[in-house]
Parts: sequence; structure tokens; C-alpha cells
Amino acid sequence: MEQEFSGPQAQYFDMLKSGVFKIQRCDACASHVFFPRTLCPHCGSESLQWVEPSGRGEIYSITTIRRDAQHGGDYNVALIDLAEGVRLMAHVAAIGAAPPAIGDAVTLVPPEEMPEKAQDVLYFKVRGKVRR
Amino acid sequence: MSGNTLRGRCAIVGAGQYGLGQAAGYSEIEILAKAASLAVADAGLRMQDIDGIATASVSATMWPMPVIEYLGIRPTFINGTMLGGSSFVAHLEAAMHALDVGRCNAVLVCYGSTQRTAQIGRRQATEYRKLLDPQPYEAPYQPLSPLSSYALAAARHMHQYGTTREHLAEVAVAARQWAMLNPEAQQRDPLTVDDVLNARMVSDPLTVRDCCLVTDGAGAFVMTRADRARDLPRPPVYILGNSTAVWNRQVSSMEDLTVTAAQQSGRLAFEMAGLTPGDMDVVELYDAFTINPILFLEDLGFCKKGEGGPYVSGGAIAPGGSLPVNTNGGGLSCVHPGMYGIFLIIEALRQLRGECGERQVENAQLALVHGNGGTLSSQSTAILGTEITL
Repeated sequence: MEQEFSGPQAQYFDMLKSGVFKIQRCDACASHVFFPRTLCPHCGSESLQWVEPSGRGEIYSITTIRRDAQHGGDYNVALIDLAEGVRLMAHVAAIGAAPPAIGDAVTLVPPEEMPEKAQDVLYFKVRGKVRR
Repeated sequence: MSGNTLRGRCAIVGAGQYGLGQAAGYSEIEILAKAASLAVADAGLRMQDIDGIATASVSATMWPMPVIEYLGIRPTFINGTMLGGSSFVAHLEAAMHALDVGRCNAVLVCYGSTQRTAQIGRRQATEYRKLLDPQPYEAPYQPLSPLSSYALAAARHMHQYGTTREHLAEVAVAARQWAMLNPEAQQRDPLTVDDVLNARMVSDPLTVRDCCLVTDGAGAFVMTRADRARDLPRPPVYILGNSTAVWNRQVSSMEDLTVTAAQQSGRLAFEMAGLTPGDMDVVELYDAFTINPILFLEDLGFCKKGEGGPYVSGGAIAPGGSLPVNTNGGGLSCVHPGMYGIFLIIEALRQLRGECGERQVENAQLALVHGNGGTLSSQSTAILGTEITL
């Protein structure tokens, strides 16, 4: 096995900066893992592989943080449950008039469509509104 | 019953507070030492009698060292466990073990913060913390820390259980009504549900009135074994149960944003005490944000999961309500100097001693104290009682 000269955190952000979003999957218990670790938090195995998730998920919770327009205006912070069963923090792009809400189906914004500066963050966009 | 031999074997025998609100011109260790002196005197002891210490600081990682040096003591038991605001509730259990085996005879638990008036602003401190205690999977999203984590929990609770902003506001209003009965509380102007709803929104669904105060303040209390406590001047308050639980650090790592580790700490603390929520006369819950008491009342078993909103409504936890909660006005209206945990214990002690004046809960014999730390990360529950509860 090839020697890895960086830990999973550096590997994760290196990949993200190059436009690739990956999470880990445990060889031993088949659980997906996020955030990236050296061991599986479910079973303790150190055998974790990088896998590309579907990019599909659902808004588990979301808050809009109020900020002066001169400092960039309001922005949201969401927790997204990926289809693979992991939860992560992300921004959700507001599309159309209805603001993103809990339960909305979302999909990862492809790296080339992400805002230019967003090299260490994930953006999702709503692909289906939850029925109210 | 628990069969736990530590139940009631140690007591809190003295307490002190100093610099509540603004302590301009004083350093953190100075107001901590002033509170410590008051606590030791209240216990009928001298500082040189203190041979155990438990303390924590938001910024200084080796905090027990300067505190020991400053107080001029040579303790044989030292605990610097830092679990955010829950620290000083979490400090009880280890101190009980140390006292019980005779490693030490008098433990001082102490804290002080000048976060309101200090030279280093909170914005600057937050920047330092990002470097020294990085959270690379959350910080890039610029959540207000810790506020947005609680906002996310509140939003999820509202979605899942139909909890409303009015329910959250009830918590702030009840705290204010208690604060109006407490001359030491920092915010004593009348507050209505509408005031909270119409206040400036900070991070949905939390307005500025759903958030705790930012104040200075120091608190301290002294613990001894129960046998010794009976020889000291003030009525001892016995520690009947204590347990601490941590399941995660980041809010994004919480399995369920509507369920905290208070379910574990509460269950174990009640088991140790051999008591149930229905036995409690007074309840002090870490209310950094209005969603907290709702979550903790559910997780500690005062009501079912999801029913915390209706449970706190209609003045139920306010003066004259069915359950006295946060009788000093809480972190929302009394005092909140960075970490609030020590003030929960001090208020419970005062209620059980019957020295709370206008806000005194009649015939208070049993108190539950619940500390929270980080972003719903650390939970520590303690059950305290008077002599007759042993």
C-alpha cells in the first residue's frame, strides 16, 4: 500500500480545492463517515476509503444569519443529510422566491458552478421543495 | 435506589459571587479571587484550609496553575477539566471522589470572567479560538459561534414537534420575571412575549432576546465531606447525584438536534440520587439560549420529548408557575460571563438554604442543576438536597 504523507483532513481539503468532494466509507462496517477521520466512529476500524457521494441529500436544519448589507448581507448555514447517511454543514443557494427550508431535497452544486472563493466550503441547491 | 456510596457523602458549604455585570478595571483572576475569598469565608474556613481546587478558563489552558499561585494554596487535589459552561457542575463528581477517599478536605470550585469589559474583545477572542481550536468542517461556513448551533437545534425542534417562537419567548419572559425579583440580576425591566418576537433577529429563529447576556462575573463554592460540613456554620447542601455526558463537539456531529446528552447525564444523576424529576422543588438549567431549557426539560424527564414548548407556556416556569426554573433570572437575565455553570450551583445552594428573599421557592428541599457546554456538546446534571433529603 502506498504511503500516505498527509492525514485525512489534508487529503479532504486538497481534493475539495481541486473540485472533488469525497467522503469516507468504512471497509469493515460499510458505514459512510463524515467528517474525515483516521478511524471509523461506528466500529473503530482504520480501514476507510474515499468515495464520491451522490451529492443528493435533504436539509436537516437551516438558519439565516443576519448581516449588514455592507458586510455581505444575510447568509444561511445548513445541516445537510446526505443520501449516504452522513450529516454535514453547508450553504444552500437560494433559488427563486421560496427560501430553502427543512425537508427540502438538495443536490451538491458542482465545483465549477460554486462561487469563486468557495474552496473549502460546500454549496447545495434545492432540487425539490418539501410539501407544506 | 442506586446503592451509590457517594450519594450525600459530600456537601457544598459556602459560596460567593463577585463583579456580576461589569467589573471594569479588574482582571479575571482578581474577581475570581474575590469570589473565592467570599466563598471560603461563607464556609467558615480560611483560604489556607483549601487543599483541593477545580477551575477552568475560556482562554487559559493551564488555568489551575495561576489560580493556585494567586490564592497561595498547596492543594493535593487539582482538577482543570474544561467542558465549557458545564465545567463547574462537572467538577463535582471528581471532587466527591477525592474528598471521600481523604485525598483532600476542602475543595474550592471557582471561575471568573471579564468578557464584557476586558481589553481583548469577543471578536478578537473568537478569531484566536479559530486558530487555536480549529473546527475546519464548520468554521468556513461562518456560523455565529455558538449561537447558530442553537438556532439550528431550535429550527429542527420547531419543524419536528411544532414548537413555536412564542414557546421560546416564554422561556425568556419567565427568566425576566424571576430576574425582576433578584436584586443582583442584570436585566430587570419588564419583558413580554411580543418584545422577544419583535426583537432583532440574529440567527433564525433566535432573536437577540432569545440569547443570554454578555457580562462579567465570578463565582466560587466550597465542598467538604458531609461529616465535616455539619460542623461548619452554614446549613450544608448535600450532593445527591452528579453525572456528565459528552457525545460530540460540533453541532454537525449531533445525531439528533432535538436530543442532547442530558438524557444520559440526567438518568445517571437521578439514579445516583434515587430520585425522579417529580421530586424536584427547584430547577436551574443552563439557558444560554431559549431553546436550552426546552431541550433539557425534555431530556431530563420533566416532560416528554417534543412537549417542552407547551410545557413552559402560560408562565409554567415563571414565578408562581408549576415548576420554578432559573430562579435567579438565568443566563438570559441575571448573569452570563462566558461560562455560566457555577452560578447554577450557587443559586441552587441559596434556594436550598432559603436565603433568596422575594424569589425564594417555598420549602425548597431538592434542586436539580443542569450545566451545558460548547454547542449542546457537554451536559452535566447534579441533584442537590438539604439535610432532610439524605
